[in-house]
This record gives sequence, C-alpha cells and structure tokens, in this order.
Amino acid sequence: MNKPFAITLNPGSSLANHTGSWRTERPVYVDRLPPCNSQCPAGEDIQGWLFHAESGNYEKAWQHLTKDNPFPAIMGRVCYHSCEGACNRGNLDAPVGINSVERFLGDEAIKRGWKLVEPATESGKHVLIVGAGPSGMSAAYHLRRFGHRVTVYEAGPMLGGMMRFGIPKYRLPRDVLDAEMQRVVEMGVNVVVNTKVDNILETMAAGGFDAAFLAVGAHIAKRAYIPSGEVSKIVDAVSVLRSMEGEDKPMLGRRVIVYGGGNTAIDVARTAKRMGAEPIIVYRRTRDKMPAHDFEIEEAMQEGVMIRWLSTIKKAGDTEITIEKMELDASGFPQPTGEFETLEADSVVLALGQDVDLSLLEGVPGLELSDGVVQVDANMMTGRAGVFAGGDMVPADRNITIAVGHGKKAARNIDAWLRGTTYVAPPKHQVATFDKLNTWYYADAPKTVRPMLDIIRRQSTFDEVQGGLDESTALFEARRCLSCGNCFECDNCYGVCPDNAVIKLGPGKRFEFNYDYCKGCGMCVAECPCGAINMVPEDI
Amino acid sequence: MSFQPVKFYQTGTFTVGNRLLVPEERSVQANMERTNSLNSGHRACQGCGEALGARYAIDAAMHATNNQLIAANATGCLEVFSTPYPETSWQIPWMHSLFGNAPAVATGIAAAIKVKRQKGMKDDVRVVAQGGDGGTTDIGFGCLSGMFERNDDVLYICYDNGGYMNTGVQRSSATPPAARTATTMPVGQQPGNVFGQGKFMPAIAMAHEIPYVATATVADLRDLEHKVRKAMTFRGARYIHILVPCPLGWGSASQDTIKLSRLAKETGMFPVFEAEYGELTNSSKIRRLLPVEEYLKPQKRFAHLFGKSPAVGTIVRLQALADKNIRRYQMLDKEAN
Repeated sequence: MNKPFAITLNPGSSLANHTGSWRTERPVYVDRLPPCNSQCPAGEDIQGWLFHAESGNYEKAWQHLTKDNPFPAIMGRVCYHSCEGACNRGNLDAPVGINSVERFLGDEAIKRGWKLVEPATESGKHVLIVGAGPSGMSAAYHLRRFGHRVTVYEAGPMLGGMMRFGIPKYRLPRDVLDAEMQRVVEMGVNVVVNTKVDNILETMAAGGFDAAFLAVGAHIAKRAYIPSGEVSKIVDAVSVLRSMEGEDKPMLGRRVIVYGGGNTAIDVARTAKRMGAEPIIVYRRTRDKMPAHDFEIEEAMQEGVMIRWLSTIKKAGDTEITIEKMELDASGFPQPTGEFETLEADSVVLALGQDVDLSLLEGVPGLELSDGVVQVDANMMTGRAGVFAGGDMVPADRNITIAVGHGKKAARNIDAWLRGTTYVAPPKHQVATFDKLNTWYYADAPKTVRPMLDIIRRQSTFDEVQGGLDESTALFEARRCLSCGNCFECDNCYGVCPDNAVIKLGPGKRFEFNYDYCKGCGMCVAECPCGAINMVPEDI
Repeated sequence: MSFQPVKFYQTGTFTVGNRLLVPEERSVQANMERTNSLNSGHRACQGCGEALGARYAIDAAMHATNNQLIAANATGCLEVFSTPYPETSWQIPWMHSLFGNAPAVATGIAAAIKVKRQKGMKDDVRVVAQGGDGGTTDIGFGCLSGMFERNDDVLYICYDNGGYMNTGVQRSSATPPAARTATTMPVGQQPGNVFGQGKFMPAIAMAHEIPYVATATVADLRDLEHKVRKAMTFRGARYIHILVPCPLGWGSASQDTIKLSRLAKETGMFPVFEAEYGELTNSSKIRRLLPVEEYLKPQKRFAHLFGKSPAVGTIVRLQALADKNIRRYQMLDKEAN
C-alpha cells in the first residue's frame, strides 16, 4: 500500500451505494388511453396520428390515421367530432381542433396522391358486402387489408350511400367523396353498382362467398299522418336530398316547410335555402331538445332558415298549413295547447327519421329483427353464422363515424371468423383524465378557427361552407395536443431526477428507470406533463 | 426570462427537452451525453433540491467550459451527502475545504491557473466554488466578500435551502421570516423566524458591483442553464444564487420540490433575475400570479400559520415581502397585464 500520509482507503465511486433500497414506492412508465381516442366511434388513434403531424410528417400521420379510418377528408368535414368534446385541453383553453387537422391530412393525401397500404398476402377468402356507404366501404377497406377478396353490391348508381344521397354538397364536396371512395376501390375492391340484393343467402350461395357484411343503411323515410288537400305537396327529406344528386332537382316552391328536428331537417332546410326558397322548420319541442347538433342549427339560422319551436303540423292545405302550438309538460314532452296558426306553404318536407329496408333478410333462419333493425352480437355477427351487419341497420346511434367504426369492427371479426377464431380486442388502458396532467409545461396556445364562407354565398350556392386549415395553422393546431397519458419524450423525467435514476434510451425509445438508485421521491411523476408515470407501492 | 424562449412548439422551452426542437436548442440536461457531474448513489434525501440544482448547474458549467472546470466545495449538505470518505459522487475535479473558506480556496485555484497559463499552459481551466446558504451567507461571508471585492475569476454558486439542514435544520441568515427551524420554534407570540433579520445575498453581491449576479430555481431549468452559460462568458467574480427546496427542512413532500420552486417565483417569494455590474438587467416574469399561501401551505415549516386560527397578520406580512420583491425586481410583465 503506497498511499499518502493519513490516507488508508482507495477512492471509490458512490455507485457502490445502491440507494434504491430506500424506496417504498416505485415509479413505472404507463400508457393511458387519451380521452379523444376513447371517445372516437371509429376507434382512431387520434393522439398517435397527431404525434406524427406535430413533427410535420403529414404522410406518416395520414398512414397512421388510415390504419383505422380510410376517410379522413370526409371525416374532417362531416364527423361530429365528439373527440373534441372529450379533449383535456378544453379544461385549459379550448380543445385541440382534431377535426380540422384530420381534414387537412385528408386533403393533403388527395392533393399529393398518397396511397393506402395494399395487402401483403391474399387469404383466398371472398367476402360479400351489401351497401357502399360509410360502413360497407370501411369494412371493404379493412377486409382488403387483411388480404380477403371483397365484392361490394350497391343498389344505387354511385358509391357513398348516405354520404352522397344524404349529406348536401356544401358540407361534403363530391370530388372529396369520390377521391376517398376511389382509393378504396384501387386496393382491389370489386364494386358492382345498380345491383340490389333481394335475398342475401341466395346471393351468397350464387357468388360463393365465405362471409357477408350487410350495411344497407336506413333510407326509407318515416311518414306521419297529416290530413291534407288534394294538391298539397308533401315529400320526404331523404328523397329531396337524393334527387339533389340527379339531373331533376326537386321542385319545392318558395315557401318550404320542413317538419322535424334532426340533422336531416337542417340539411334539407339549408338545401332549400340555397335553391332560393324561404324554408321554415317546424319542430314540436324546444331548441335544447332538438336532436340536431347545435352548431348546425346555428349555421342554418345564420343563413336565414326560420324555425318554429313548439309546433306540430295539424293539417296541410294547398297553399297553407295549420300548425298547433305545443307546450312542454313536466317530463319534457310536448302537449297540445289547442292554439292554432296558419303558415303559407308551397310544400311540406317530412324529416321524421328513417327506417331500414330489411327485405333482403326475409327467410333467413336464426335472425332476430326487432325495432326495425337487425340484432347483432358483440362481434357484429347476426344470428346467422357468417352474416355480419353494421351501420344504420343495427341498433346504435346513427352517424357516419359510428358506421365507419362498425365497418372496422366487423372486418376484424369477419377476419377472425374466417380463420376459425374469435377476435379479442386488446385490453384498454385506463383513461388519462385531466387531473393526471401537469399543464404548467404546455405553452399557451389558443385554438385556430377555420374560415367560414361568406354568408351571401352560403345562402345562394352549394360551395363548401367551412374552409380548411393551411399547413402552418394545421401544424400549430396539431402541436396543441397535450399527448395525454402517453410519453412524448419531453425529457422531464430524465432531467428532474435528483439521482440520475432515469435512463434516456434515445429518440423514439423513451426512458427506463434505474431502480438500483431510484429513491422513489416521485418527482418524475409530479413533473410529467402528460401523466405517463405512475407510483406503485413496493412489496416490502 | 433571461433567454429567448421558444414561442410555441407544444411545450416551448418549459420542459427539459422538446423533440420538436433541433438538438442544439435543447437543454444540457436533455442530452444523453450530459456530464452527470453528481452521479447516482449519493446520500441526499428523496427529492433533494440541492442535489438536482448542483447537477443542473455544474453540468451546464462543464458544457460551457468544454469540460475544463475545477470545483471548490464548502462543507455542508452538498459535500456531506456526496462525498463520505472514501466514496464520491462527483465526476469532475472537485476539492472539499472548510465550511467558511470555499471562496478563498477557489481564489487560490484561480491564481494557480493564472500562473500556469503564464508559464505556457494552453487549456483555459475555469473555477467554480459552491456551497449552501449557511456556508455562503453566514460562515463564508467574509471570504466571499473578499473574493468579490478582489474580482477573482471565480463563479460562486450558492444553493439556498434556507437553513443548516444536515445538522438538524437550524436557522441561517437565509431562513425566511416566520419559518420554523430547530432554533426558531413555532411557539410564543410571534412564532417562527423573526421578521426584519437575515440577508438576501444576491443584493449584497450586486452591491460589490461584480460583473454578473443572477438568481434561479430548479423549476426553470432553461433559465438556470442560460445563466450558468452566461456567467462563463465573463471574467472576474460572478455569483449565482439558486433556490433549492429541502423536503426535510421545509417539511414538504419529496415530489413537491420542483412545484415549490415554481410557486416561490409565481408568488413573488423568490425573485428570479440577472444583474451586471450592480445593475438589474433582466427579471423572469411571473406567468400565473398566486397569493403567498399557495407557496406556504404545502410546507410544514409554515404549518403554524394555518392552524385553527390562521395567523393572518403574519401571512399579510409575508405577502408584503412578496409584493416588495415583485415591485423591486419587476417580476410582472406590464405589457401582459
């Protein structure tokens, strides 16, 4: 031992001292389910595709998005974006404009000609899809990705279903719809239009199909009995909207009464307004009870659509109708008051909801039909093995996003069924609620508002009402995402650990705890902006 | 804020890193190759603010000097928990001296480097001295004032946790008024540390008109790193005073260390600013102004103010101190408010 005076030990490193033994709780990295993803009826990984958009990699963002939903340009226009209602950023300033970024990605894809991923291998199975609406085309896309042969039978002359024959052009321009439908077709989906399936089992047997997905939608308009004169013109909203797509535009006259309170009533009233009419919506309850979305009511009223609340139509004459005023009882139901009023009317459009044409299912054994829809199990399969159904013809809320989600869910189950197994959804993470976040770390950034078309052009043309974001605003909007519940590599845990007990693994690889030295102080948990670390008790 | 913050890349410059920034614009602490001057295995308490502040500051100094750095360390927590003979957590040239003479030792190191450079040494080795508030504001005060007055080429960093923590939480001249320590008990008519005593070392350093004086907290890493980097651009005596919460002495939860640092600034209890040659040049603005109770309540050393009958008078006096800081150090952004 050759040491200086009074020195007896060799110098050592504190690494010999495993301070991890002090710990009573340990931090663990977790992934939580962001509220937007949890809310999305189409099951999109919204936070996942925003992550790529944040770094400006829009193509990767679009590829990520279209894993779940092949129609971002359509969704970015007509989806009711309940994700934004769930967005945690709403508690901070305003929700992230998810829908507007989705539309930007969808429009970029159309502009730049991005292609959907083709299947790697062919399964040799052949699946029949009935109905080329959102649900059917979504299922077609997902089944193609699984490598199955897909044939779609569509009763109408064109693809899109209610997206074409139910949603007016000013909300969904037809070139956008065509582009996203065509992209699915280009994956090798065989589409046969103008072909109505009258008997599903016969069609399946004749075509040698291994399974079928039914998505015929709901387009038989519900009627209401209204005593009317000989020449009074009463039509239904579905046929008005459908005929807008053909050469012969509907003749409604100047004074158009729309009866109903759903989104279809709003759509038909706004369509009539654009054709030069003066539409009045007659609805039996109040605005807050109206099933139509509030922003659509607001936009319609901005455009000059009149609404008569608390009114029902009692009688329709040749040039006028009689309405009765209603009042809400204690349980919120409208009750007649006996007070009547007349309104001038050239035509009455009934927008009272739609029924499903279930005739193709007649004689199929094992099916359960109730409430005008076909019952399906948790795997979207009807009582008949191998026959699945989704969209408006099964019990669920009716909108395009739900229909698209049904298509995906059914495709997964059909794929599993064709392989002789059952699809089991992976377990869901716990939802990342607002209280899990440390919002100090997010920069202040108010929401970007999408441009709206001038009111004059909204009243007279079918030009698209809502504009899109441009690249800089879309990037800004994407970067407003808080990444709730999932690490976005901000390095906070790596920085704030007083014990260097967090190991940074490099870009895209996240972090690891070094439990030899982690004392369990919990600072990384407290300072994680997005709530992606959890404290769990040690077994002592 | 003393540096140019990134206006909006999701988290801007609030977080340690930011994947949307180019690597050169991220913090030293975000770097996988950071020095880790104070390595794992040290014996500081869970959630120690001083251990964190020291690694932040010395890593930044190592980065700024291209790893040509020698540190002198006063006796205190930082030395005790990092270097129990024969182990050390320090991964830099580091020298421990007495409680009170770290500035003088650093002066000596700087003088030796000066001589060696005159004799042909090429490397520009820089010197830091560091200590706690006890070693700085009380025991080492004379040595430090001398170092300032001679304008020796040393950066002195004080980690202020407001007391002598490793010896059992005794009062120092940096203990805030009303705070309970082992020597300022929460009993009597005016419990806790008295008002009207103690000293604020950054103001004293400014009075020496040395090239650079700054304060920082462990809650704002980018600001802290910027100040260390900037200090290294000056020659002569420089002083950085970093507020470092002490879960043991403050009676706070170990995970609240950064939160309390943040609240100290957001309530005005601790001003964060820069001064050059005796004049205030910059101050970090309060982002979300809060009343002092928000800072006091999570700390048991102030628990006697919030009993069944809150000591409203004392809280008002503390709020007055915060308001004075806000006024004197221009902590509010006039344009934003």
